Amino acid sequence: MDTSKDLVKQARRSLLEPAGLGENDLARLMDRLLSGQVDYADIYFQHSRHESWSLEEGQVKSGAHSIECGAGVRAVAGEKSGFAYSDDIVLPALLEAAGAARAIAVQGESATAPIRWRAGEARRLYQVADPVASIPDQEKVAVLERIEREARAQDPRVKQVMASLAAVHEVILVARSDGTLAGDVRPLVRVNVTVIAESNGRREVGTGGGGGRFTYRELLAGDTVLGFAREAVRQALVNLEAVDAPAGDMQVVLGPGWPGILLHEAIGHGLEGDFNRKGTSAFAGRLGQNVASAEVTVVDDGTLQDRRGSLNVDDEGTPTNRTVLIENGVLVGYMQDLLNARLMGVAPTGNGRRESYAHLPMPRMTNTYMLAGKHDPKEIIASVDKGLYAVNFGGGQVDITSGKFVFSASEAYLIEKGKVTRPVKGATLIGNGPDVLTRVSMVGDDLALDSGVGTCGKEGQSVPVGVGQPTLKIDRLTVGGTQT
Amino acid sequence: MTVAAPVRVDTPIFGGDARERLTDVAQAALAEARAQGCSAAEAGAHLSQGLSVTVRLGDVETLEQTRDKGLSVAVYFGTRNGSASTTDLSPAAVRETVRAACTIARYTAEDDCAGLADPDKLARDIPQLDLLHPWNLGADRAIELARDCEAAALDLDARIRNSEGGSVSTYEGVEVYTNTHGFVGTLAGTRHNVSASVIAQDQSGMQRDYWFTVSRRPDALEAPAAVGVRAAERALARLGARKLSTRRAPVIYEAQIATSLLSHFIGAIRGESLYRGASFLIDHLGKSIFPSFVRIHEQPHLPGALGSAPFDNEGVATAARDIVRDGVLQGYVLDSYSARKLKMQTTGNAGGVHNLAIDTGNLGLDELLKLMGTGLLVTELIGFGVNTVTGDYSRGAAGFWVENGAIVHPVEEITIAGNLRDLYRGIAAVGNDVELRGNVRTGSILIDNITIAGS
Repeated sequence: MDTSKDLVKQARRSLLEPAGLGENDLARLMDRLLSGQVDYADIYFQHSRHESWSLEEGQVKSGAHSIECGAGVRAVAGEKSGFAYSDDIVLPALLEAAGAARAIAVQGESATAPIRWRAGEARRLYQVADPVASIPDQEKVAVLERIEREARAQDPRVKQVMASLAAVHEVILVARSDGTLAGDVRPLVRVNVTVIAESNGRREVGTGGGGGRFTYRELLAGDTVLGFAREAVRQALVNLEAVDAPAGDMQVVLGPGWPGILLHEAIGHGLEGDFNRKGTSAFAGRLGQNVASAEVTVVDDGTLQDRRGSLNVDDEGTPTNRTVLIENGVLVGYMQDLLNARLMGVAPTGNGRRESYAHLPMPRMTNTYMLAGKHDPKEIIASVDKGLYAVNFGGGQVDITSGKFVFSASEAYLIEKGKVTRPVKGATLIGNGPDVLTRVSMVGDDLALDSGVGTCGKEGQSVPVGVGQPTLKIDRLTVGGTQT
Repeated sequence: MTVAAPVRVDTPIFGGDARERLTDVAQAALAEARAQGCSAAEAGAHLSQGLSVTVRLGDVETLEQTRDKGLSVAVYFGTRNGSASTTDLSPAAVRETVRAACTIARYTAEDDCAGLADPDKLARDIPQLDLLHPWNLGADRAIELARDCEAAALDLDARIRNSEGGSVSTYEGVEVYTNTHGFVGTLAGTRHNVSASVIAQDQSGMQRDYWFTVSRRPDALEAPAAVGVRAAERALARLGARKLSTRRAPVIYEAQIATSLLSHFIGAIRGESLYRGASFLIDHLGKSIFPSFVRIHEQPHLPGALGSAPFDNEGVATAARDIVRDGVLQGYVLDSYSARKLKMQTTGNAGGVHNLAIDTGNLGLDELLKLMGTGLLVTELIGFGVNTVTGDYSRGAAGFWVENGAIVHPVEEITIAGNLRDLYRGIAAVGNDVELRGNVRTGSILIDNITIAGS
């Protein structure tokens, strides 16, 4: 593929050429890594540039710029991984790191043939562009000021507006012991708005935001960004009217889009290959079993154009995929990186990701969502006599072994006799991953993906992800309010 | 407590030359800032190195060498500022980083409160706090200790069927902070950790739990085998957990998670939360928040403690102080910027509090259970359902149902909810089983009433 060769060429230009490193140097590093009984090895070069601008009290008071640059080297022998990194891309430091990484391997005869480097396949899902440099700095400041004015213009009860813009320009190159070279140039931008509204001494918060793998130009085109400001104000004002949330088991209707964090927590992490290879997930050994109602199909899709969770290649140089996790209620797939795919005897799925060169890769989600069903969302709400309608969420978490997961609503309403009535305060929802989706009784026809601000944390590593779902009804879920 | 490693004095990885190099890098950044016309600037540089191993089911799973460095700078042109950081400490990268910060400062707004800490607040005498206890632990020895730790868990009971592993890590770091008031402060410290996370299984399903020991001194760590046994006991105790019906009841937060209640409190009295109006505790100075027996204080100069620091992230001298006395809020948690916003003085908390502690009572956890009688003992919390603006609180929980002071059965898949105002007012006792493995020190906390949501 020409495009993947282009990406590799760009990555080499950014990462190897400034250090004077060529293919022979990569081969020498690989030789060092592969001495002893090593099954697989890789070197991950990364240069990332990050900037952020933030506004509060009507003014852009601070901005920050950072550069992270380095290379991580890994040697894998059986289930063992040896890992070291250097934040100087120079041959002596890399050779030293390679020596440290291969320390896990049993000493022995290494049978390595000379490596012939070739560009692996890659997708082309986003533009090769530097978002940091995509617009002048004064425009970034002006946008934040415009967001602030838009939020304040909505309602006099708006007391505080905080807004931030952030961009990342990341170039990576993976050199693998099988001779594959994979490169990627990854833009990422994001805007966040937080509003505090006050009325009669009560203060409530609302948030909005969005982004993706493009530049500020696309992010700021049209009216979308001001829409995030209006959305934050709307949420804060709704919450000013909220009454205490109910406590206990009830029917719950989740809105479309970001509430898909349900899938990320309830089943996503439990279907990552490492936990299933080790047998520590509540989903281990359950392939082919029913884990959801027949209306439910869930995929993890790293191949969506411009999405925050998308990648041309994962951080091990595998092109991303659309992996079906649950098909019509049946568990059909796990998400894999190279190590766990090899140990489980299956194909990698392009889910090997890492926070940076200073971290080991592991199976991670990309964009995880449920496909649309057949019900009109209005019909779903009308079917509930007494329950909760939750449309916006903060974070979530899961214990993959017991399967228990939580996600916290930040905007929710009571449903009474088929109608959405009063707003209620935020509350945490808790359930059991392996059976919560078996109680999904209606799936809407309104699939939406989130607006592009999600970040997933696992074992201390953060990566950008996406989620999505249509409106759906869960027949029983525990709502952690205070009204008994 | 037994000794994990022979007591000995290991040599630091980073000697005087490393400190000099970092100081030079930070000073070079200040010089470049001056050359760029900045009226003031500050720079911090750090180096760290570590080793981390995980052994799973007896075999090495990961062996990681970590080695990090970095520089961060903030520049001021009058009252406008910008900041930047880099992992490259070469002279060219240092210059570029300062210039990147200067570029940002061209576009940020005038802000009267911005600037370095006032010179009279900067630390003059820097006390030696006994924070550096290197452990020249080779990979082989680390693997052996991690293996001992996990093996003790796996051997304890046939129901310990699986494991996420035993881990050992060691870390040494040195940092230098300097600013154009002429302040130069150096800090070096170590941190060592042994942990185990194992899975118990019976016909009711799988339960995972973990335990860890952490210290700046290798000889103060719990024995690896003791850590493994504790992890296994905790996982076993959770087997057969079930939901509770929805109810209101008293609750005990086990010490290691009771720390979160104090962290939420600090989050609400931080300067940033206060001047933004983003806290349920704005305007609470001098007001009663806790019952009158509660005292919460910080002790930045405790020798050898994990949260100790002679100066904060702006070079401001730290000092012991009461934050809450007789249940009444005595002071906020401020850095120079938020202090100026609030027309107050910095409290030496740029970067956070140091060794926060709540005074404990005389009761151990067992006696606290008896005092509670019937209620919930919470041993794990998950999720992020805490709203600092309103104090609304709703989190996923697991633990044990207690009747007449005795544990009856483990519970899971429930939430506990209320408002932090009421939780703080409802503290009935603080146990003497003090958690020492972090920056927040508390015993288990009994609260008179909380809403439990379940089936």
